[in-house]
Amino acid sequence: MAFDKMELRDIEVWDGNFAAAQAMRQSQIDVVAAYPITPSTPIVEGYAQFLADGYIEGEFVMVESEHAAMSGCIGAAAAGGRVATATSSQGLALMSETLYQASGMRLPIVLNLVNRALASPLNVNGDHSDMYMVRDSGWIQFDAFCPQEAYDLNLIAFRVAEDHDVRLPAIVNQDGFMTSHTAQGVHTLTDDVAYGFVGEFKPMNDMLDFEHPVTHGVQTEEDWHFEHKARQHNDLMTKVMPKIKEVFADFEKLTGRKYSPVEKYDMDDADVCVVCLGTSVETAREVAKEMRTQGIKAGVIGLRVIRPFPFFEIAEALKNVKAIAALDRSSPNGAAGMLFNEIAGSLYNTQNRALLSGYIYGLGGRDLTKAHLVSLFKELQANVDAGKVTTQLQQFIGVRGPKLAYL
Amino acid sequence: MAKKGWDEFEIGAMLRTFDGKIDDIAGTQQEDRAYSQSSSYTASVADWRLIKPIFNKDYCIDCQFCWVYCPDVSIISRDKKLIGVDMDHCKGCGICVEVCPTNPKSLLMFPEQADEETEIASWPKKDEEEA
Repeated sequence: MAFDKMELRDIEVWDGNFAAAQAMRQSQIDVVAAYPITPSTPIVEGYAQFLADGYIEGEFVMVESEHAAMSGCIGAAAAGGRVATATSSQGLALMSETLYQASGMRLPIVLNLVNRALASPLNVNGDHSDMYMVRDSGWIQFDAFCPQEAYDLNLIAFRVAEDHDVRLPAIVNQDGFMTSHTAQGVHTLTDDVAYGFVGEFKPMNDMLDFEHPVTHGVQTEEDWHFEHKARQHNDLMTKVMPKIKEVFADFEKLTGRKYSPVEKYDMDDADVCVVCLGTSVETAREVAKEMRTQGIKAGVIGLRVIRPFPFFEIAEALKNVKAIAALDRSSPNGAAGMLFNEIAGSLYNTQNRALLSGYIYGLGGRDLTKAHLVSLFKELQANVDAGKVTTQLQQFIGVRGPKLAYL
Repeated sequence: MAKKGWDEFEIGAMLRTFDGKIDDIAGTQQEDRAYSQSSSYTASVADWRLIKPIFNKDYCIDCQFCWVYCPDVSIISRDKKLIGVDMDHCKGCGICVEVCPTNPKSLLMFPEQADEETEIASWPKKDEEEA
């Protein structure tokens, strides 16, 4: 069965969803089993349209729920094919049972996760609750800050996940609506170049290899379970990050676009810095640039790779900073916040124990404005001047009513 | 198998049924296949049984019903002839007895400790249908 190639301009105006759908088309996926959910619906719609128009050779399975979508993906991946899907929020919550199966069975599935708040109250807008919810599920997690990165990271995710030393599923995060429905110029690769970068799928332990029959998804009790989980964790801690860096380097050679696990902005001489995820990184960069004109040495760190957490890269990037703000876009619900905890963990035993404070912002799509960030940077500078954290450790940005602060 | 460390087995929760490559698996009898240590064929479940089937070939008509219905592939049949029960994998469910069409039945369930020759010698007589 032949399929057509699509003629793309060098720069196309795409939103994050369409960029992800195009990257999926160019990767020549064998099976997509998907169930649409706002705000990632256009990824699935776009992919289905490409298939209907004859641009795709693979199968598209229409299922009855996200649980079935991920189950179908796991079956197809175990059978020995390139597999991807997309979901958000409640859909990911329904998938969560099967996400652990996928990572435990070491199946290289790519999941486009368009971040959206978790109910209740029901909300279709973007925050990072769903990303945080599955952070311990054993999936590699990438984070895109804009449509261009959603396109690039999809191609990169296939390369990393399907490597025979890695063989772990990967999530590509992008902010719901802020990235997924905002059109920007995206530098494209031609179909041949993109597929050449992703490479042909090489199956491993596939069930359709009739000369070497295998059973996937076996049961282990107290005698073997721990060893399997230890192996998976060891591979995440030791094999994934070098592979990611290698693929990032290859991608830079191909396109000139440079990615690294920790994206640093103006960090060389920064006294104060903000660590955040998603579209907020770009806002924070703008504000940091303005802060420099006011004499505050501000820097920004955006995490490109969330799992495995880049402990050493973070510690290296923050080694000369005096005050840090960790911005968590998810309700901590009785804790300090994931980024706050992980950064505290990265820095606790280093020489430089910078002043660390955490901020909760943007829940359910609430805007993070430049004004918020200006006062945040000024607060960090005040901490530096005082030599201690002058506020409580956890504060809420942009919520109505009396000021909320804890710890 | 029991002494392996976390870095000594293949990744993923997967098991190989056979050691090495296989070909013509359909044309190879079970006892001639290179089953691996992790295949259920190499594990005995005989101790799951409380009652066991005993096969009396005098009445068997080789209809293969028991072979078709056995959920554990424990009826051994060669050249369409029933030759016995695989006692390593039979769990004593009694389905073979249930589906046996002969009169009297060619397979009956007995306690695990029953002696095969004694039971066959005292096999039940044909049930006369009531007129």
